[in-house]
Amino acid sequence: MSRGLPKQKPIEGVKQVLVLASGKGGVGKSTTAVNIALALAANDSTKSVGLLDADVYGPSIPRMMHLKGNPELTSQNLMRPLKNYGIECMSMGFLVEETAPVVWRGLMVMSAIEKLLRQVEWGQLDYLVIDMPPGTGDVQLSVSQNIPIAGAVIVSTPQDIALLDARKGAEMFRKVHVPVLGLVQNMSVFQCPKCKHETHIFGTDGVRDLAKTLGLDVLGDIPLDVNIRKTCDTGQPIVVSQPQSDMAKAYLRIAMEIIRRLPTPPG
Amino acid sequence: MRQNGGVPATDSFGRICLQFLLTLGLFSSEKSNLAGVRHILLVLSGKGGVGKSTISTELALALRHAGKKVGILDVDLCGPSIPRMLKVQDKDVHQCDSGWVPVFVDQDKSISLMSIGFLLEKPDDAVVWRGPKKNALIKQFISDVAWGGLDFLIVDTPPGTSDEHISTVESLRPYQPLGAVLVTTPQAVSVGDVRRELTFCKKTGLRVIGIIENMSGFVCPHCSECTNIFSKGGGEELAKHAGVPFLGCVPLDPQLTQSLEEGRDFIQEFPKSSAFPALANIAQQILDGTSPQSS
Repeated sequence: MSRGLPKQKPIEGVKQVLVLASGKGGVGKSTTAVNIALALAANDSTKSVGLLDADVYGPSIPRMMHLKGNPELTSQNLMRPLKNYGIECMSMGFLVEETAPVVWRGLMVMSAIEKLLRQVEWGQLDYLVIDMPPGTGDVQLSVSQNIPIAGAVIVSTPQDIALLDARKGAEMFRKVHVPVLGLVQNMSVFQCPKCKHETHIFGTDGVRDLAKTLGLDVLGDIPLDVNIRKTCDTGQPIVVSQPQSDMAKAYLRIAMEIIRRLPTPPG
Repeated sequence: MRQNGGVPATDSFGRICLQFLLTLGLFSSEKSNLAGVRHILLVLSGKGGVGKSTISTELALALRHAGKKVGILDVDLCGPSIPRMLKVQDKDVHQCDSGWVPVFVDQDKSISLMSIGFLLEKPDDAVVWRGPKKNALIKQFISDVAWGGLDFLIVDTPPGTSDEHISTVESLRPYQPLGAVLVTTPQAVSVGDVRRELTFCKKTGLRVIGIIENMSGFVCPHCSECTNIFSKGGGEELAKHAGVPFLGCVPLDPQLTQSLEEGRDFIQEFPKSSAFPALANIAQQILDGTSPQSS
């Protein structure tokens, strides 16, 4: 085993890496990652965007992006990412059967992440969006130690319990020197489709308060909407299937806020 | 394990042997810390954020309501939620002869809790550990917490099928856990992950007690219209498909978040919540499942 921390080496062809994390499970990281990746491409059609699903245990991206199947290998033994809606995607979900659990200890996970980062033929990408798994463990450490990250976005619901973990997520990025661009408040409010009454099921504005405490910006609010869930479940994310909807516009705005805060890309 | 008094203490050679064996831990006069626990229950889910910790806590409260003494072991090292839910996040853990003393969350000491949340200096400290360190702590949590006599020990896990899960199942195996309860929300993305967790249980020989469909439907407090925000029926279908019992649907309860955020006592508030009847029913099914086994 080599001494000291692994050296950070950029992924060939990728200009900037954006990481979506939270600390807490189930706050909508994958949903947000998918829609943000599509929004980045929609806002500027000259940019090429890739999406990496780093959740080895519970990969959701294949379903959300309506992609299935084993990746092909190039002549140099690199995996070719699967593409849909103009986004190049790679996920553990393409490498294992849908019902097969990945019951691995940390070391194997580290090596899998290494492969998903380096042994994929990404081509020339302006942005690579990485959807992180919940927690603050092996995967998060491996990704931040191995590649330079332009910025991290933390997704959370307004709920106290989620904020506890979001805070830990922010602290973790501070420890590994990754700049946090801001927070996204997901599932902020629910509007009853019948009587339009608004209920803050998971609490009110918790993320805004946390952002203030941590000195970070809130990049946007996304309400709890049946359509966001339905479209993701059927593999037609709302940014492409209902681009004129308020929800899609919320994602487009957040993508713009992210671009504003990213450092100028090299070259 | 040898019986107490198997070696005469006055014999000097015997004393040396005794010391050696004590350090090896083979000749221990202490009973295992889990000896007084009648039933061990794991709460699992492949998916994050489906409400494992909430269900673990609610299940503990429902079992307590049925007159049982319950312990909760929070094995989620990166995101320990339970101390906060039960308003004991500022409590400290004390040591005794047999190890750590769990924190009691109520006056009558019918619910005890152990979580890494109690061991952190500041509640916001992040636990950014790799697998081996997590495994070591989990082993300690399982063998070194003096639970005393409990009817049920509920083990709340983090999402996934990783180090924490492998270590927990391996360390608990000698104590023959009752089984695992799997929590999912109805939507396809969650059900997909929980299917994987079912396979994990089969592979590790962990009995699946049943599946709970959480956040199943939201009733608008204003007009009583029920909206299936996270879809409906996915958990029930999965249970049928996999041939495991379906324990029930638990609705989304907005009062729950409110009561926690306003600092109200969850233990007192819970029996009045709309989720309580479902949880009481699930607790009863679990109790029915244990009655053929004699104490």
